[in-house]
Amino acid sequence: MTEPNESFEPKIVAFVCNWCTYTGADLAGTSRLQMAPNVRVVRLPCTGRIDPLFVIKAFERGADGVIVSGCHPADCHYTAGNYHARRRFAIFRDVLSFMGVDTGRITFSWVSASEGGKWRDVVNETTERVRQLGPFIDYQALSFASAAMPKGAELPS
Amino acid sequence: MKELQDLAHKLLSDGAVTVVMGWEQGPRGVRPAMITTAANSHRLIFDPRCVHNLATYLNPRRSHLKSLGKPAIVVKGCDAKAVAGLIRESQIKREDVVIIGVRCGGVVRKPTQAPELTTDTVSPRCGRCDAREPKLVDHLVGPALPEPPKTCSVDMVARLEQMPVQERWAFWREELSRCIRCHACREICPMCFCSTCVADKSRPQWIETSATPRANLAWQMTRVMHMAGRCVGCGECTRACPAEIPLGLILAHVAQSVEQRFSYRVSDDPTLPAPVGAFKTDDAQEFIL
Repeated sequence: MTEPNESFEPKIVAFVCNWCTYTGADLAGTSRLQMAPNVRVVRLPCTGRIDPLFVIKAFERGADGVIVSGCHPADCHYTAGNYHARRRFAIFRDVLSFMGVDTGRITFSWVSASEGGKWRDVVNETTERVRQLGPFIDYQALSFASAAMPKGAELPS
Repeated sequence: MKELQDLAHKLLSDGAVTVVMGWEQGPRGVRPAMITTAANSHRLIFDPRCVHNLATYLNPRRSHLKSLGKPAIVVKGCDAKAVAGLIRESQIKREDVVIIGVRCGGVVRKPTQAPELTTDTVSPRCGRCDAREPKLVDHLVGPALPEPPKTCSVDMVARLEQMPVQERWAFWREELSRCIRCHACREICPMCFCSTCVADKSRPQWIETSATPRANLAWQMTRVMHMAGRCVGCGECTRACPAEIPLGLILAHVAQSVEQRFSYRVSDDPTLPAPVGAFKTDDAQEFIL
């Protein structure tokens, strides 16, 4: 892990549901709430649509952190999508942690359409946490490491 | 063993089934056998070298085996869980297969080993076994066997869980760098039945096909996610892996986590719904802001 770098601006991808968190983030914007500009929002129909592969792909393509956010339990537009997502991400979080990914890099939250302020807090907290963890060079360097690479060899920086 | 052979003989000569899937002695250890005539039923054996999970031959992905007709399958307790999984997920019908359960006293690590069970030779998974006598059976054969010896190998799952996260990363980076992406882990798995695997899709290509540690990590994490609450812990992926990557560790960890979180343990009861795909409105969500 690298030293915390104050000038480092993390790249964070947020996978959000159309009905709650996206609308909540929209509310945060129209309410002119100040928040970290590090988050790129990807809108999906429902948290139930978010495959763990989306998160893996985000890390592969250079994300330093990921937010997954949707409707509160019992508020899903499709009745049960968020309940399915909750089980899936409970397991995925364990898998990530077991494979050696710091779970601080991934945030799960419920943000409703009226919680613009909560979205700001989620964004700011996650950005700060990922800033402390530093760039996710561990994951990004994996693409350069091949099976033929000898143990302890230098990775291109 | 005579009991098993006689039963297979009876099933085949009565025409109740047209093939019995079991194990036989091969030139190098025990191998799976498809017995299609009653005269050949004397070839069937069962001993601690019968490691293979034959339920993989019931997998609808192996469509070429359908031409053998109605099967009877010989299962250990762990294999019966895989048969139950295929029934639970509507891949096979219960009435389309005759299940011959054998009472198991543990298996060795590899079918080419000697059949003696000691703390060194016993498969580590047998120490955690909760299904030495399969319940999802039409016929149950064989004598009750003593408990398998406890393996002397260390509990790597617990050791990894206690490591700092960076050390776990380094461990898996090292292990997965050997993966050649032959997908043997997928091919041997009785529970992998998608007609097109996400790893084979190229538009969009979610998982890179080259064998880099990055692609290998994506592949294994995806495979494990698909196995959560479904893996029967038969250890066939670990045995099939030519790079000897300890894939069973990830699966065992996830099985533990599923059991703790959702109080669900994979069993040979096909009526219990799988935990991923089902939910409770009051599932724990301590990790969600």
